[in-house]
Amino acid sequence: MSAREREATVLFDAPGPRGILRNRIIGIVGIVLIVALVAGLGWGLRAQLTGAKWSPFLRGDTWLAYLLPGIINTLQAAAMSVVTASLLGLALALGRMSFSRAVSWVSTVIIEFFRAVPVLMMMLFVYFMTIFAPFIADLFPGPMVQIKPLVAVVAGLTFYNSAIIAELLRSGVNSLPRGQTEAGLGIGLNIGQTRWLILLPQAITAMLPALVSQLVVIVKDSALGYIISYPELLRSSQTLASRWSNSIAAFLVAAVLFIIINYSLTRLAGYLEGRSRSRQAGRPLQLEALNMEDHLHNQEVPLTE
Amino acid sequence: MQGLIELLQQYNVLAAFWMTIRLTLLSALGALVIGTVIAVMRVSPVPSLQRFGVAYVTLIRNTPLTLIVTFCVLGLYLFMNMRLLPSTVDPKAQLFLWAVVALSGYHATFVAEGIRSGINTVPSGQAEAARAIGLTFGQSLTQVVLPQAMRGAITPLGNTFIALTKNTTVVAAVGVAEASYLMKNMIEFSPQHLYAIFFLMALGFVILTLPVGLLFSWASTKWQVQR
Repeated sequence: MSAREREATVLFDAPGPRGILRNRIIGIVGIVLIVALVAGLGWGLRAQLTGAKWSPFLRGDTWLAYLLPGIINTLQAAAMSVVTASLLGLALALGRMSFSRAVSWVSTVIIEFFRAVPVLMMMLFVYFMTIFAPFIADLFPGPMVQIKPLVAVVAGLTFYNSAIIAELLRSGVNSLPRGQTEAGLGIGLNIGQTRWLILLPQAITAMLPALVSQLVVIVKDSALGYIISYPELLRSSQTLASRWSNSIAAFLVAAVLFIIINYSLTRLAGYLEGRSRSRQAGRPLQLEALNMEDHLHNQEVPLTE
Repeated sequence: MQGLIELLQQYNVLAAFWMTIRLTLLSALGALVIGTVIAVMRVSPVPSLQRFGVAYVTLIRNTPLTLIVTFCVLGLYLFMNMRLLPSTVDPKAQLFLWAVVALSGYHATFVAEGIRSGINTVPSGQAEAARAIGLTFGQSLTQVVLPQAMRGAITPLGNTFIALTKNTTVVAAVGVAEASYLMKNMIEFSPQHLYAIFFLMALGFVILTLPVGLLFSWASTKWQVQR
C-alpha cells in the first residue's frame, strides 16, 4: 500500500491550491460520468430491479434450496481440485526436474500442453468422456450419473492447475539460495535426497501464499461448470431466477457472493505472504505473473546468491 | 487418421478458429484501451478516480468470466434486449459485440495490473527528473513514464493475451460459434471420434498460443529498457 502511494506521488508534485481545485473538478466530472453510466444502466434495467425481484432473496428457502447448495458445490469443486492439482503438480514438478531425460521431456510436454489448452475444453472433453467413452462411461452406474459434471469440472481444473503448481514448485526450488544445495551435498546427502529433504519442503512452504491466490482462479474457473450443468453458484442462481424470473437480480447476487469468497481468499493469501516474508529461507514467491491468470510464461526466477 | 480427414471435411474447423482469433484480437484491443485508462486513473493525482480504478479492478477480477459473459449476453442482450448496435444489424453481430465487450471488460483488469507493474519497473528517478524539468503529470506520464512502463509490461501483457486467447472459449456458454462451441457440437454428433476431436481442437490452441508466447518473450528482451 505504501509502495503504491509513493509510486503515485512520484508522478506529480503535491498539488497547490489551484492544482487541488483542478483535481477536484476533474474528480467531480469523472464521478458524474461514472454515476451517469451506472444510472443509465440501472434505468435500462429498472423493471428488473424492483422490490419484487429482490424479495425472493429474503426468503429462507431461496438460500437453502439454491444459493447455499450452489456455494457449497462451488467450494467443493474448488477444494477437491486444489488437492488433486497439488498432488499431480508435485508429480509433474518432480518429473520435470528428473535426471532422466525422457521423464523430464515427457513431463515438460504434459505441462506445456495443460497450459496451452483452455480449461473449458478439457472440462468438456472429460465430460463427454464420462458419457461416450466405452469403459469410462461404465464407471458411473445408476445414480452415479449425477456426479459426471463434478468429475469433469474437477478434472478440467486439476489438469490446468497442476501445470501451474508444477511450475511454481520448480521455480520455488530454483529460487532457493545455492547454499542450501551445497550444504545438503556437504553433509553427504545425494542430490535426490537434497532435493526431497531440503529443497522441496522449503519450496512448498514458499508456495503456500501463491497457492491460495491460485484458489481464486480455481473458484472463478469452477463457474465454467455452468456450461456442463454442474449446479455451482452461477448455475443454481439461474435456476432460481427461472422460478422467480429475476435473472438480473440473481446475476448480481451471485456476483456479490463470488466477490466475497474471492476477496477473502485474496486477503488470506496476502496475510500468509506477509507472515512468511519475515522468514529467511523459503521466501514466498513473487509471482506477479500468477495473478495475471497465466503464469511464468518465459519468466524464469533467477538463482539468488 | 481417416476419422480426422472425415471430421475436417464435415465441420468447418477453420471458421471456428477464425472466430476465436477475431474474438481475441478485438477483445485484446478493447482490453488494452480500457486497461490503460484504468491504470492511468490509479496513478493519477485525482483521489476519486484512483478509488474508482481500485474498485473496478477489485470487483471485476473477483468475478468469474463466465458470470460476466452470461450477464452481458443472456441478461442484458437477450433478456433485457439491450443492443449495442442499431436493431437492423444481424443478431449474430450483436451477440459477437456483446461477447467482445464482456471479454474486454474482464481482461482490462489484468492489463491495468500489468501496466501498473510496468510503472513499478520505472525507477523513481525518471519521474523525478521529469518533474524537475517542469513537466506536468500528463506530460511526464505520456512522455517519460508510460513509454518505459509499456516496455516493462510486455511480459505480463503477453500472459494476459495468452489467457485471453484461451478464455474466448467461455463465450461458448452463450452460443458464439467459436472453437469450443464447435468442439461440443462435433462430439455430440460424432461421439465415436471423441479423442480425435479433442486432440484436433487442443492442437489448434497449442498452435495459437505457443508462437504468441515465444513472440512476447522475444519482444520483452528486444525492447527491454537497458538500465
